[in-house]
Amino acid sequence: MTELSHIRNFSIVAHIDHGKSTLADRLIQKCGAVSDREMKAQILDNMDIERERGITIKAQTVRLKYKDYILNLIDTPGHVDFGYEVSRSLHACEGSLLVVDATQGVEAQTLANVYKALDANHEIVPVINKIDLPAADPDRVKNQIEDVIGLDCTNCPLISAKTGIGIDEVLDVIVNRLPAPQGDPKAPLKAMLVDSWYDAYLGIVVLVRVVDGTLKKNEQIQFMSTGATYKVERLGYFTPKMMDTNEIQTGELGFVICGVKTIGETKVGDTITDEKTPCAEALPGFKPSQSVVFCSMFPVDMSDYEALKEAIEKLQLNDASFQFTPDKSMALGQGFRCGFLGLLHMEIIQERLNREFNLDLITTAPSVAYKVYKTNGTELVMHNPADMPDVTTIRKIEEPWVKATILTPDDYLGSILQLCTERRGEQLDLTYVGNRAMAVYRLPLNEIVFDFYDRLKSISRGYASFDYEVDEYRESDLVRVNILVHGEQVDALAFLVHRSQAERRGRQICARLKDLIPRHQFKIPIQASIGGKIIAREDISAYRKDVTAKCYGGDITRKRKLLEKQKEGKKRMRQFGSVEIPQNAFIQALKIGDE
Amino acid sequence: MSDFGLYIHWPYCLSKCPYCDFASTKIHGDLEILKGGYLRDIQKAPSGNLTSIYFGGGTPSLMNADFLDFLMNQIHQKWTVVQNAEITMEANPDAIDFEKMKIFKSMGINRLSVGVQSLNEDHLKFLGRQHSVRSAVKCVENAQNTFPKVNMDLIYALPHQNLKGWERELKQALKMGLMHYSLYQLTIEKGTVFYHCGQKTCSDIQARRLYILTDEIMRQAKIPAYEVSNYAHRGFESQHNMLYWTGQDYIGIGPAAAGRVLGYATQNARSVGAWLRQETTKEKLTDAQIQMEHLLMGLRLRQRFYPTQNLNPQAIAQARLRGWLIQTDQGIQPTLQGILMLNQLIQMLA
Repeated sequence: MTELSHIRNFSIVAHIDHGKSTLADRLIQKCGAVSDREMKAQILDNMDIERERGITIKAQTVRLKYKDYILNLIDTPGHVDFGYEVSRSLHACEGSLLVVDATQGVEAQTLANVYKALDANHEIVPVINKIDLPAADPDRVKNQIEDVIGLDCTNCPLISAKTGIGIDEVLDVIVNRLPAPQGDPKAPLKAMLVDSWYDAYLGIVVLVRVVDGTLKKNEQIQFMSTGATYKVERLGYFTPKMMDTNEIQTGELGFVICGVKTIGETKVGDTITDEKTPCAEALPGFKPSQSVVFCSMFPVDMSDYEALKEAIEKLQLNDASFQFTPDKSMALGQGFRCGFLGLLHMEIIQERLNREFNLDLITTAPSVAYKVYKTNGTELVMHNPADMPDVTTIRKIEEPWVKATILTPDDYLGSILQLCTERRGEQLDLTYVGNRAMAVYRLPLNEIVFDFYDRLKSISRGYASFDYEVDEYRESDLVRVNILVHGEQVDALAFLVHRSQAERRGRQICARLKDLIPRHQFKIPIQASIGGKIIAREDISAYRKDVTAKCYGGDITRKRKLLEKQKEGKKRMRQFGSVEIPQNAFIQALKIGDE
Repeated sequence: MSDFGLYIHWPYCLSKCPYCDFASTKIHGDLEILKGGYLRDIQKAPSGNLTSIYFGGGTPSLMNADFLDFLMNQIHQKWTVVQNAEITMEANPDAIDFEKMKIFKSMGINRLSVGVQSLNEDHLKFLGRQHSVRSAVKCVENAQNTFPKVNMDLIYALPHQNLKGWERELKQALKMGLMHYSLYQLTIEKGTVFYHCGQKTCSDIQARRLYILTDEIMRQAKIPAYEVSNYAHRGFESQHNMLYWTGQDYIGIGPAAAGRVLGYATQNARSVGAWLRQETTKEKLTDAQIQMEHLLMGLRLRQRFYPTQNLNPQAIAQARLRGWLIQTDQGIQPTLQGILMLNQLIQMLA
């Protein structure tokens, strides 16, 4: 039995690539939780994609022993899309280490994550990482942290997680400066459901934080939001290997396996108590995460539909924030309309479908969720251009806006402000932090989803950092732009856009399609229209002659191979009236970024 | 005993033309070593009857009498060359004279294909040719006085070439009274000097007009097209090239040479050095591959019917609807419209 005063629950928060996962690895190694042989770099990032992209998606925990203390580390996702997962992980502990890169200083997600930690009433201790690098300037970064965030940096550890400098200091800081958990070991069981996931061997695994009382093996527990009861079959800790125990005591974190059948039964933030002697009141809980970005996914090969369905269902087992419903398109056949936490989340899901399930997909342009108020008083949420009701029945449409924070070196500020203005942004604040500017803007999410982030990266050469949170819905003058190829409307290419951007976007897509659709034997007009009005047009000229002048014995192999390739390519064409459109055109035409 | 055509590739030229993507260089290597390579290829090849022999390149007319004599001896030792077999050599006006023609003739060459390319001095310069119109005409006349069969190559559809100019040039060529003309529209192939310079051809509308005009002029001259770019009096078609278009077997000898032998595709390395080091690679062709090759070569012929048993009737119907094909009980044949869109037509039927 460890005294509460000898337990520390903490998180590490940081901007992406500032070294959060490397520090976690070092702490695990230092505390001897895994042998060097078992030490795979960034041990907490389980999924291939997490390790490859250097980001954490699901929260992970590990229980460490340091001197006579128990340290529970919760590794939180670092990316803007997973802000919600960050918040709930933070609520399971009392303190945070704020890791800041000594060469980069404070970035947009540093701030965003600090605010989330403050919201969770955390004690926050800054840690300056990468001091071994030649470009490191810890004094400047310390001043920045004090100026911008207001955290005292007098005794903050200066470390290099990579080389191991200063790791002991970090452990001392955790013990000495972060608070111990509060809680009543004698009170009835009260625990918070922090996270849950599906494991192929174990079924649903639930991660809990015990607030009061003790969680015991074979205990009959109840999830307070649903009233459902379960028997605790296994429980234990991650070290990071799974270690079974007989109980999880007050103030600690651990996993529970209790015969939960589906992930839907586990609501993050739910209160778990003892069925016979329940606690008096539930924890405040969280609101469920909302999908903010939507797109449709279709299998390239129509016969892969069932495989896609199975794959999507499997992915959802581990990711309740990923939502889907069946979708149908004239152009692309049967598929799914999917909702995501953000663009990165969408990319990750697409990549996993591709990589883990070997599925070739066509993805439509990402969209956000609009609120449509109809003249008959009804109201609906719309995120698929195909669902847009007749304009005469619409009273108003509202679109989501976000509050975005951008940190950038001064040199790029001018073009960034211009970009924000072009994308209908409203400036809320503009301040300087040393030689970096911090701009706070209100922006329509729709614009961000389109190409804002890519443009931001390209005009700042990757130096600007960016974070946003969904803010409010506002009335908007939205139109649906249809794309017509040779007079035929192509549903998969339609998109919703603010009227002021419609023409620019329409022209851009027509111009791209002109390069993507091969020439035919007739002229093909490509048009963008709003209602019946054409707003942009490009023509693909007709083939007048297409014949190889010379073809002798030495040319046959090459010509045959070309023909075989073309024949293969034909399978990837979709027929619209008399025009064949290659499948990659659907993705490429709507691809955001380079203009 | 099987019948074959024989293709012998000669890799050298006096200079490399900017439009040419054939395997050729202007550097001469050691000819004795080269002989060893040819000898090896000949020995490895299957035996049988040769119905035609074709010396291509490069500029095979650059080879000296001794070298041709060596090759001919080896060929006759290995194969039975049938009587009246067509034995063609490609020649450049600046790489053969009357004396050499007579010697080649005595060694068995009975058809000369002369790379005239243009009868317009400016166009010759544009094409990077080292000879003049006059020397080209002289070369053709000498050939006519030497060989029973002579062909001339011309290149047209040059950038900004107009119909009138081409008509004049073509009629001038026809006045020389040959029985066979190869008339190629200029294309810019990867790996050529033109390709690297970003040289454009004329517009495809203009190329189309030029092709139709050529078709008309040649038909009136009774030298109609029998293949996309080849025109001949009846009975003067190139026997050897017909092997390619009708899917018959041919053996390839020398660097870069390809062959189709008893169901195998053979390919020699492109550069002389690699060819001398490596033997011919052989690849068994599947039935589907053979069929596809037959289709893509066979549809190039203008006066033959292509059998339809392996083709999709719907695709044929669609192509007929566009006016690209005619169909009889002997098979299908592309129309002039179909020839102009031949790549599209083949894709439809493949």
